[in-house]
Amino acid sequence: MSINWQPSASIENLKARASLLKTIRDFFYARNVMEVETPSLSQASVTDIHLASFSTQFVGPGFAKGLPLYLQTSPEFAMKRLLAAGSGAIFQLAKAFRNEEAGRHHNPEFTMLEWYRPGFNAAQLMDEIDDLMIAVVGSEKAERISYQQAFITHLACDPLTASIEELSQLAKQQGFEHIAEQENDKDTLLQLLFCMCIEPKIGQKTPCFVYHFPASQAALAKLNSDDNRVAERFELYFKGMELANGFDELTEADEQRQRFIDDNNKRKVQGLAEVTVDERFLAALSHGLPQCSGVALGVDRLLMLALNAKRISDVIAFDVERA
Amino acid sequence: MANYSTNEFKGGLKFMLDGEPCSILENEVVKPGKGQAFNRVKVRKLISGKVLEKTFKSGESVEAADVMDIELDYLYTDGEFWHFMNNETFEQVAADEKAVGESVKWLVENNTCTITLWNGNPISVTPPNFVELEITDTDPGLKGDTAGTGGKPATLTTGAVVRVPLFVQIGEVVKVDTRSGEYVGRAQK
Repeated sequence: MSINWQPSASIENLKARASLLKTIRDFFYARNVMEVETPSLSQASVTDIHLASFSTQFVGPGFAKGLPLYLQTSPEFAMKRLLAAGSGAIFQLAKAFRNEEAGRHHNPEFTMLEWYRPGFNAAQLMDEIDDLMIAVVGSEKAERISYQQAFITHLACDPLTASIEELSQLAKQQGFEHIAEQENDKDTLLQLLFCMCIEPKIGQKTPCFVYHFPASQAALAKLNSDDNRVAERFELYFKGMELANGFDELTEADEQRQRFIDDNNKRKVQGLAEVTVDERFLAALSHGLPQCSGVALGVDRLLMLALNAKRISDVIAFDVERA
Repeated sequence: MANYSTNEFKGGLKFMLDGEPCSILENEVVKPGKGQAFNRVKVRKLISGKVLEKTFKSGESVEAADVMDIELDYLYTDGEFWHFMNNETFEQVAADEKAVGESVKWLVENNTCTITLWNGNPISVTPPNFVELEITDTDPGLKGDTAGTGGKPATLTTGAVVRVPLFVQIGEVVKVDTRSGEYVGRAQK
């Protein structure tokens, strides 16, 4: 049997990748956003029940019995510690690692562009993402639609007021009887309907921002000050791909700690491993995170769009099957 | 019976859906930026032949289907069953009309067919990709036509009807692609 040692991406695509990385760096250097690097291996990780971290052990001086370390699912916590320490605007081209994810748009190890803008609100950060998209994929300015409006337009349903029974009924009508019958989590039904019935219809010609996600899906975003049913969280979609996730960042340490605890409680209920809460991150929030907005954008997917590539393996040198 | 988790989904995997074995044609993981991932699969139901899409929550399990393909030679039909045999072990399998389905028109004695068994019983029969059959009926074509403009219908010994070029006549043996039901050429003598 011959061993397939060849890259999964063509050399041509890798040249485009190099040029894309340079364009991204130039974009931020021109705007005086500082490039940073933070650890890939960290002593704590995310509690998000839908993210699975890889973990390993450091054994060496001072840690004869082993120090548990997680490969980062995103550089978010460390970058916020830099912001709390007074870094000002920062960006990073980081490797992120997510277990249990592989497919046409997923590789367990991927490249993430993450940046933070002190003083920006979510709308201002969306403007900057527009500028970046225009610079790298030559797209037009993105449309913007609220999560609520997207559901009303495409499914005639208000996601903020609908009961779980109504969502379950809607999921049945859309052909997901199998999931609807068993599901008792409102967010899972919303995510199902969003992924299957809304995402394919938005951002087909021009990119599309969806903003004001429900508070129950806030992640690390602050809640909207006028309507606490929604969070200052947005996502960017283009040509059937989810490209970026951004927040007007939650800066309250206590609320952040509560969200971590809630996540770990959900993990316990679902039989998932609890995750060590990142105390250093929480301490940084207690010290004071300046009001800022931040976003994580999938660089591999951005390159797929720029090259019209069908699979993520077409744009990374060695996908997981060849790593 | 064993279970498969969605992580084991891939083309060709056989599992039970609504009480019927089915085979995965395509599997795609769909995941929102944050939140629950789903597997959207396209499956073919192995008894009805229906192709449909089904969505699962990633991490769910499905019941494995005891389905296997075996290669057997077609022997004969007694009108109710179609009989196939393994030429080495002489093991015989009888498939009913439902299992044979549309394939009946491509069954030629001694041709090796693929029989799909579910819990040991035949549920479908796949003929070879190409079979050779004699023409029993067709209109006499215009002499000298070799361009095959449009062609004409021809009935074969099994009752199958295929379009053949005008110059092909009754009694000739033709090669047909069973997947598309199209004429490929005259059989090599």
